Amino acid sequence: MRTAAHPLRFAGCVELRQTLDVHAHDERELMSRIAEVPADSVYFHTFGYFLRHHPLTTAYGNDFARWAALEIGDRALAERLAVVDPFAFPRLDALRDHLVAILGDHLQRHAVGGRLEFDRAFHFQRSHIVEVPLGLGAATLAEFRAGLARVDESAIYLHTVETRVRARRAEAFPTWLRDGLGMPELAERFERVDPYLTTLERVRGRLLGFVDEALEDGRG
Amino acid sequence: MSRIDDYRRVAGPGAVDFVLRLAEQVQGRRVLHVTGGRLGSGAAETLRATVPILAELGIDTRWETTGGDAGYYATARALQAALEGAERGPSEEGLARWADMNRLNGKKLDLGADLISVHDSQPASLVSARNDGRWVWRCHVDCSGARADTWTSFRQFADQFDAAVFPLTGFESRLDIPMFVVPPSIDPFAERNRDLTPREITEILGGLGVARDKPLLVQIGPFARAHDPLGVVDAYRLVKQHHDVRLALAGTADDGPEQLELLTRLREIARDDPDVVVLELPAEAHRQINALQRAATIVLQKSLRAWFDLGPAEAMWKGKPVVGGYTGGLAQQIIPNVTGYTVHSIEGAAFRIRHLLNNPELIPRMGAAGREHVRRSFLITRQLADELALAIHLLR
Repeated sequence: MRTAAHPLRFAGCVELRQTLDVHAHDERELMSRIAEVPADSVYFHTFGYFLRHHPLTTAYGNDFARWAALEIGDRALAERLAVVDPFAFPRLDALRDHLVAILGDHLQRHAVGGRLEFDRAFHFQRSHIVEVPLGLGAATLAEFRAGLARVDESAIYLHTVETRVRARRAEAFPTWLRDGLGMPELAERFERVDPYLTTLERVRGRLLGFVDEALEDGRG
Repeated sequence: MSRIDDYRRVAGPGAVDFVLRLAEQVQGRRVLHVTGGRLGSGAAETLRATVPILAELGIDTRWETTGGDAGYYATARALQAALEGAERGPSEEGLARWADMNRLNGKKLDLGADLISVHDSQPASLVSARNDGRWVWRCHVDCSGARADTWTSFRQFADQFDAAVFPLTGFESRLDIPMFVVPPSIDPFAERNRDLTPREITEILGGLGVARDKPLLVQIGPFARAHDPLGVVDAYRLVKQHHDVRLALAGTADDGPEQLELLTRLREIARDDPDVVVLELPAEAHRQINALQRAATIVLQKSLRAWFDLGPAEAMWKGKPVVGGYTGGLAQQIIPNVTGYTVHSIEGAAFRIRHLLNNPELIPRMGAAGREHVRRSFLITRQLADELALAIHLLR
């Protein structure tokens, strides 16, 4: 049985939300504000969506698409924004530019609807991720499986989404599998898992499936 | 008084352990909450549950209140109303006396703590006496439509805090300090939400004079235009053309002329229609409200302006579908087509009620989804996690 060079420490997280006092009352303002807000805010409304989305909520893919669908009532725009997969972009600025381009293109073809009242405007936010060590560690693949199966859902987000995009104390699962446990193939399978338009519980299920296969093959 | 381990029975798997882990990062710190009183407000209700739990978690937590003379309370009420958008604000002289009185409060109270949370407007000017620690202004209402002149006066105090916290994004007005968002929550063990036996429910409803021989529509909320009880009656009348239902409207009424006129009109309606029950209840009638929500077939919250009224969360926790207005925190609580419906009109409310009554299998399905939604997003364990995360962030 392989033993890792260093143990993985599972951590969960709480997303402390900060409102930026930046608002958009129509599609044109949404475009200008997306271009201006801090990158953390673009992150919150796209990648951060995966932490807040759960099986009961309707999948819109990101907060911008949800707002376009529910408040603006522009289904075409909502669909175009929803299909943006944030994981497809190497940097947050590239994701931001793509969102602005979609809105710009849409506005060239469609007239802007009326301005919304303040309570229905898009309110830009960012978040501060507070990491929570869960007191669970893993030095072997079997221990990793046991931890993965029981940790809080936010740990799946932290170790798979957050650590993929932003530097955190918590270690990304694929990084640990590759560098700690010496299992690059399994790390690659973890990296290919697509959290877009699914739930964190489903992501957990897929990751557990990969680990189980590796354990059955005697690779752990 | 509930202990943290009690919540293992009702919170999601691992939620309590998660709170315990978070608390480890705040243990040994001193936290002080200051409110304008210990009764009545949503903030006070939440603190009654959370302060003992935080102390149990090893965090030195205290709760103080400010007080003063009749003029102090009158100005504090006018200030709070003006922050919520009332037409009339407190006078300059009144605000000066209010600030003087809070200076006296500041001398009497022990304000020594690492984190000082000052709730709502009454005690807010205590921040002028700040010494050590990080100070947070906790605003529990929608300030986005505050009277401009009142906000300008109030802001000289608000900007002295290190941060402000609002229940919902969009409830803020302009400030120069970081503004965080922590939605409120319900305590499943509070008298308003704890489990009741069928016998208890029957007894309480009997005492209220609400028969249970037909489907029951319930709206809980103050008898005020913002909660549109007359609109609810109109929606009920549209439904009544097709379904034999009963409507119970229960809530409090203050002695303002508009509220009294509204209550009088509702009582006239109830006199003419035996299937409309109007119940003016005292603010502490939590057990009665609990029973009404549990006896309801469908819970309505057709408010036109609702701040962050937790009525939908309370009803969903009791397994009820909710038909609510699309406003403030209601739209945050109700997941359309999953836990109930958000509506924009009387006709919309009637349509959704009829839809549920015509498809009764949806009622328990939505009720179960609602309970799970509340378990995940609106239970006190989630708020404890948010509060601890806020403390960790500010005390770093």
